[in-house]
Amino acid sequence: MPIETAPGLEAGVLLASILFCLGLAGLMMRRNVIFMLMSVEICTNAAALMFVVAGAHWGNADGQVMFIFVVTLAAAEVAIALALVLQFYHRKHTVDIDQLNELRG
Amino acid sequence: MQGLLAWVPLLPLIGFLTLVAFPLFNRHEPSQRTVACIGVGSIGIAALFTAIVAISVFWKNPSEIVNIALWQWMLVDNLELGFNFYIDWLTLVMLMVITGVGFLIHLYSVGYMREDADFRRYFAYLNLFVCAMLILVMADNLVLLYLGWEGVGLCSYLLIGFWYKEPANGAAAQKAFIVTRIGDTAMAIGLFLLFYEFSTLNIPQLTAAIDGPDINNEVVTVACLLLLGGAVGKSAQLPLQTWLPDAMAGPTPVSALIHAATMVTAGVYLIARMHPLYLLSETAMTTVAFVGALTLLLAGFSAIAQSDIKRVLAYSTISQIGYMFLALGVGAWSGAIFHLITHAFFKALLFLSAGSVILSLHHEQNIFSMGGLYRKIPLTFICFTIGCACLAALPFTSGFYSKDHILLSAWEFHQGINILWLAGILGALVTGIYSFRVLFLVFLGREGSASSHCNDANTPVMTIPLCILALLAMIGGLLAPPLQAVFGSRPDEDHSAWIEGVAIAMPLIGLAIAWKLFIYQKKSGEKRSSIMQFWFSGWGFDWLYEHLLVKPFKSLAKINHNDIIDNLYKGTAALSRQLNALLSSSQNGQVRWYLATFAVGSVLFLALLVAL
Repeated sequence: MPIETAPGLEAGVLLASILFCLGLAGLMMRRNVIFMLMSVEICTNAAALMFVVAGAHWGNADGQVMFIFVVTLAAAEVAIALALVLQFYHRKHTVDIDQLNELRG
Repeated sequence: MQGLLAWVPLLPLIGFLTLVAFPLFNRHEPSQRTVACIGVGSIGIAALFTAIVAISVFWKNPSEIVNIALWQWMLVDNLELGFNFYIDWLTLVMLMVITGVGFLIHLYSVGYMREDADFRRYFAYLNLFVCAMLILVMADNLVLLYLGWEGVGLCSYLLIGFWYKEPANGAAAQKAFIVTRIGDTAMAIGLFLLFYEFSTLNIPQLTAAIDGPDINNEVVTVACLLLLGGAVGKSAQLPLQTWLPDAMAGPTPVSALIHAATMVTAGVYLIARMHPLYLLSETAMTTVAFVGALTLLLAGFSAIAQSDIKRVLAYSTISQIGYMFLALGVGAWSGAIFHLITHAFFKALLFLSAGSVILSLHHEQNIFSMGGLYRKIPLTFICFTIGCACLAALPFTSGFYSKDHILLSAWEFHQGINILWLAGILGALVTGIYSFRVLFLVFLGREGSASSHCNDANTPVMTIPLCILALLAMIGGLLAPPLQAVFGSRPDEDHSAWIEGVAIAMPLIGLAIAWKLFIYQKKSGEKRSSIMQFWFSGWGFDWLYEHLLVKPFKSLAKINHNDIIDNLYKGTAALSRQLNALLSSSQNGQVRWYLATFAVGSVLFLALLVAL
């Protein structure tokens, strides 16, 4: 049953949405792979925030557990992604994502 | 002895294969002597074998039947067809005509074609033709007959277009092939129908099966009419007669062999062979008779107006085969076959004589350029005169006996004056006119423009066949074959003398008319009265078919130049190519673009979920 005293659910959801949209916009607009990775971090954090807000709303600790998972996942993802970025830069001498367009129809 | 019969069609086939395969073994073109030995020899031995069997097996016994089973041809469900030969007297008569007259014409060809570069090709085709024709008459089932039927059609096509460098000859060959194909298609459907009804295509079994109790007469009538369609095409009868005059584009001995003596009579043979079937259907019989009567008149009048010596003979062939169909239609089977035999003799004689004339005049064929040739080529003149006398059925020639037989049968058929008999009598008059017209214009009368440079081109190899054929044409009337065993005998009836008198008088009147009109006719054949022009064009059938069939077909073909049906498939291909271009342009390799579409898609999907 929801806990009425929790900070405003709507504010939390709104914040998460805005964060996610910012991340998504950055992901679509940035061509630099490093910046795109950072945008992905924002997106994942927005999702993680959503878990926390929802957990707080339902008075359930699972949301926070999910947050730990998301952070771990983000760390792992960044480790792999940065390795890929390094390889990319090594081969192309650039970090412009638009240069990676050889797999086209 | 009977086994020799299997060799009869095989020998011309061997001759054909040897002539065709010659370049495989020998780098040099064989000499004319070698080619002639193979080409003429194969037919000669076949004729000899036929004669031996005829004398030793068939002579004493008119009801003798020889079956020769060679091998099984096809076996599909309950359709069992053998490569088998069935020889009774009807077949034997055809065999003798084909090999005998065929041999004489082959021999004549050696002289006629001596200056032609394609000597070997000519004899190869001719041998193949004889082989196919022999298979046609010896077949014991209708499918094997059809094989021979198509084989002779093919050889006819090849030989009409023998001098293929002239486009007109190729066109004539195509015309012959296509027009006969119309008939052949009808015949094939007839065969399917017969098989559907009787579950067999074996001729003896078929003729036995029609005695059965539950025969559907309507199916038999339709099948008979369809077979008649095939016969009409092959024998150049109304309405498919237009190909034969054009077929004269081939070498003259070919016209003698294929387009006078043998192939064009295949239709007569077919109907005579299937006569028990026709006896079941009065409609079919009447149709046959009227087709014959109409054709003999139409072609006879056309022959009066022609100016090309070979076209006169072509129309006369159509007309005489019309007589045979008339005989078939009134049930005078043996009369039709008898006329077939005598016609083979005298028409081959006429064509070969015409060939001598043409060769002597350096390939001039216009009868209005000829005249007075009797002094320059007397032997040819005598042979041609005998041929004309037989064609016109002057008394005591072979044509007289056979045509008289037909006219009397037509008389008996309705017991009195009837339209078929009148057509036959009128035809006899017309025959007299056109046959003596051509004789007078070519050999008598004033000399024409081409007559002056006429030198006798006859060689012994040409004159010998001419003399033998002339003899056969004279005495052929005594050679009525004993066909009662095949067709059943008919009681002889007494006829009042005037019927015979009319039949004798008509050709003589025709002769008198021809004498009056044509003996000293001015050599300006180009100006014709309108009726003559109409007859000259063969009653406008060519014009009619040109406008009714050929031109609409050609314009349709033009409309369909780009193949309308094909557009369906082209459209399908174009559509999928467009879709492919569309979809593959979305796969542009831009990660951010994928991401954007993914985002938009997700939003739309979510919006949809919310909205629902």
